[in-house]
Amino acid sequence: MAAVVPGADLTPTRPRGVATRSTRAFGALAAVLFAWVLVGGLWFTPADQDQGNSVRIMYVHVPSAWVAYLAFVVTAVASACYLLGRRRSLGFDRVAGASAEVGVLFMALALVSGSLWGRPTWGTFWVWDPRLTTTAFLFVTYVGYLAVRGTGATPEQRARRSAVLALLAVLEIPLVHFSVVLWRSLHQQASVLSPDGDVKMDGLMLFTLFVGVVAFTSLFAWLVVHRQRVQAMSDAIAVRALDDAIAVRGVAG
Amino acid sequence: MTGTLSTARTIAAKDLAVERRSRVVVNQVLPFAGLVMVMFAFALDDDALASRVAGGLVWLAALLALLVTVQRSFAVDAADGALEAIRAAGADMRGVFLGKVAALAVHLLVLELVLVAAAVVLYRVSVRDPLLLAAVLVAATAGLAAIGCIYGGVVAGAGGRETLLPLLLMPVAAPVLIGATRATESVFASGGATAAEGWPWVGLLAAFAAIFLVAGAMSFAALVEE
Repeated sequence: MAAVVPGADLTPTRPRGVATRSTRAFGALAAVLFAWVLVGGLWFTPADQDQGNSVRIMYVHVPSAWVAYLAFVVTAVASACYLLGRRRSLGFDRVAGASAEVGVLFMALALVSGSLWGRPTWGTFWVWDPRLTTTAFLFVTYVGYLAVRGTGATPEQRARRSAVLALLAVLEIPLVHFSVVLWRSLHQQASVLSPDGDVKMDGLMLFTLFVGVVAFTSLFAWLVVHRQRVQAMSDAIAVRALDDAIAVRGVAG
Repeated sequence: MTGTLSTARTIAAKDLAVERRSRVVVNQVLPFAGLVMVMFAFALDDDALASRVAGGLVWLAALLALLVTVQRSFAVDAADGALEAIRAAGADMRGVFLGKVAALAVHLLVLELVLVAAAVVLYRVSVRDPLLLAAVLVAATAGLAAIGCIYGGVVAGAGGRETLLPLLLMPVAAPVLIGATRATESVFASGGATAAEGWPWVGLLAAFAAIFLVAGAMSFAALVEE
């Protein structure tokens, strides 16, 4: 009976990973860059004249915030490509979803490291600065986006709905930012140090920060490539399970 | 275009007829919204403070009522796959969206008028500029109804996962909360706000409403598809 069902056996003949030679090499490169950020950030670079050692949070905070925003741009662009593309390629949808997942992770890291940095430098964990507020809203919006991605019976349904949702977020975030800017401009300014204050930076500090941005961006790319490959495999399993269920029904009937 | 408008009229009439017969908004959401206003007074425990922040409390209560009303509006449609049937019947989904927005806006306007009246009674504010108040109510309601129907449609399409609605809707509603609160403070003249300060916020609310009405009409069909 089971033998007549085509492709019912879902167990792979050999274990397959999602890594390839090029992603392994890329991952190794990212690891080397991270080693530099760790050593350079914690030992080689000097402490700040005013902020002391807390300035070292910058080597994590600035790259994670950069990656978080980059991730959401990638999600938006991939979603637009999915909707506009003639073939409605699910590859774009997987990149959009993988990028949003990684972006939410780095956005959380940016918000937490930012509060930890704000406490010793501004004297408070949080200020109602437009940039901070918009970042928090971006975070919540994409948590919702990921929740919606978890719904839908087929990959196509998931892809269509979440692509539209990602583009709605592109409308929403500038409006939130703009309204928070207006809101703050009519109210008292935050009395703590301005977050936009110019910082004169030591050359080695700037270099380490730059390496940090490259390292975090590499990690982002590495994670997205792997995540979307895993998604492709789980989509394939879902589709195959559906086909098999239909085939079983056909045999039974 | 005539097809879109006549579909919108039909859907709006249907949603209003459902409310006329069930009275869920009048008998359940309206008392809930009033209760929230009383609860705010308990939480603040300060008459001067309550009258200073009355504008914000009106709109926060309106947002909470919006969540319940949207949930109700789409639960009726999602039951027995009615929304899916409307789509499968070939109805113009832009018209369906606009019709649902119109019916939701009517419900919200009634709720907001009651909330403003509650603020006048409970928080001791007075309406200094009725024209500005009317403009704020119309502009904010259009925006709230538009995003309510967009994300209500998302939740309906996602198989009625109602717990998703507040998570999706609240962040998008933030500009409306900010704009409508500031403008309503001008209406109440709380904290020395003048009417001239209120009108630019009405512009923001109107722009918000226009953007999401267009975006919703364009995307509704893709969102509600199950």
